[in-house]
Amino acid sequence: MDETASATAASILSEPGAPVVVFDRVQLAFDDKVVLKDVSFTLIKGHTKIILGASGAGKSITLKIILGLLRADGGVVWVNGARVDQLSERELMPVRADLGMIFQEGALFDSLTVRENVGYKLYEETDMPIEDVDRRVEEVLGFIGLSEHIDKMPSELSGGQRRRVAIARAMAFKPRILLYDEATTGLDPITATTVDDEIIKLRDLEGVSSIVVTHQLRDAFYIATHMAVRDSGGAVRILPATPEKADEAEFIMLKDGLICFEGNAEELRSSTDPYLRQFLT
Amino acid sequence: MLAFIVNWLKKAALEVQEYMRLIGATMRGVVTPPIYRHDIVEQFDQIGIGSLTVVLLTGFFTGAALASQTGITLDQFGARPVVGRLVSASIVTELGPVLTALMLTGRIGSGIAAELGSMVVTDQVSALRALGTDPIRKLVVPRVLAGLVMAPILTIVSDFVGIVGGWIVSRFQLQVASGQYWSSVTDVLFIQDVQQGLIKPFVFGFMIVTIACHVGLRTKGGTQGVGRATTIAVVAGSVSIIAMDFFITQVLVTLLY
Ligand SMILES: Nc1ncnc2c1ncn2[C@@H]1O[C@H](COP(=O)(O)OP(=O)(O)OP(=O)(O)O)[C@@H](O)[C@H]1O
Ligand SMILES: [Mg+2]
Repeated sequence: MDETASATAASILSEPGAPVVVFDRVQLAFDDKVVLKDVSFTLIKGHTKIILGASGAGKSITLKIILGLLRADGGVVWVNGARVDQLSERELMPVRADLGMIFQEGALFDSLTVRENVGYKLYEETDMPIEDVDRRVEEVLGFIGLSEHIDKMPSELSGGQRRRVAIARAMAFKPRILLYDEATTGLDPITATTVDDEIIKLRDLEGVSSIVVTHQLRDAFYIATHMAVRDSGGAVRILPATPEKADEAEFIMLKDGLICFEGNAEELRSSTDPYLRQFLT
Repeated sequence: MLAFIVNWLKKAALEVQEYMRLIGATMRGVVTPPIYRHDIVEQFDQIGIGSLTVVLLTGFFTGAALASQTGITLDQFGARPVVGRLVSASIVTELGPVLTALMLTGRIGSGIAAELGSMVVTDQVSALRALGTDPIRKLVVPRVLAGLVMAPILTIVSDFVGIVGGWIVSRFQLQVASGQYWSSVTDVLFIQDVQQGLIKPFVFGFMIVTIACHVGLRTKGGTQGVGRATTIAVVAGSVSIIAMDFFITQVLVTLLY
């Protein structure tokens, strides 16, 4: 990409409503097992894409393709104006700087403390002064309610706490796109709601664009139908979303390597498709 | 049957290609930034200091056993006093480097394969990449550097305690005078032997670590895969060392002597 083209791309991407992630006819197979046959979708800046699908439908794979951790066999993948499917590992690094991923099993570094995990990118890959990184790590852990665990090792945490540390690690460097892979699966409803509120706050207050992969419909609907607002006193409240806001969250259902449903929460609820109905009940 | 062989050959070729690619990327990682200093220091400690005990023990007992064995053989020729020569020559050129390398494969090779393997199957390696770190620079380069430096040092330590082990047996079991033992140890030690004894562990250290990293990073299939990777790293590492020892010896003997 030459100078003017990238400048144009940057100006397009800074507009509201800009597409930050675009999947165009993406295909992927492992040996002869086809995982994604033909998948296309667009994530608009500041919006939420909720990916549903049975186990093995290819949800995690989709997120890994966005990060460039896996390469699709066919199709085009744009992230922030870069062709992720064509970039080399080195060229992918700047793209990844704007992407935060919460891995399905957390993928915390088990030889590092919570503090080192959360600050990993800032400590290791940026020139940010140590004191600033420490401050940021403490801020993020406070945000997610884990301040007292800062010096523990991941193995000393519960599953839900690990999940929240993973979220803290992904948001610590303030990426503008966050990818959540089953961030609430296996959590009790109260902790799950805390995590959901976190996702909503990041989206509505920080302008983060999110892709949420989940099995838990309860959480999916909650994220889609709520919004965060900061009232005049500066306190953050989670409220039911206005219809326009709810439209900014779009559901995708993956099945047999294809997208079998695409629409907002209302459309998903009222769908009569037998497979969807089965999934919803 | 033919299809099976072709398939196997293809797989082997792919494996070698990937291994070479890893080595290339590692070389690049050594000479270009970013360098992860903290990890390098940690690996020097783990690989070097961590292996000291095992190397001391094997070195010592090998030297001791060697002395009592050769003592019996030498008696048949009434040549018991030259036991030091045999001990030092075999330890410095062969047994020291090879046995140290084999012990390191068991300790370091398996550890690296298990550690990297579990990082792969729990997505920690993916997480590193997602966070902007090149796993080769972060994980492989520090281990390779530590292996390259520490294998020769540990071999020297092992050689030394082996010769000391030989001396104890010679002195107290074979009743060879200490002065005689030590002078025969140093008398026959040609500079070529020492060179050979130092070049080998360099190569072995490099091989142990790169093979283990390669196998670890290509782990597939959950916890079971980690177990498999560990076994492969040890078996492939050990076999390569013994085979490589033969080839290096051939080359060095023609070049040096
Ligand atoms: N490295 C791999 N090698 C071979 N097959 C793979 C690999 N990774 C994933 N798959 C296959 O791809 C398919 C999709 O995997 P993926 O992890 O995306 O599922 P998922 O939709 O996230 O499921 P879950 O809800 O259980 O996490 C699965 O059938 C899986 O067997
Ligand atoms: Mg998954």
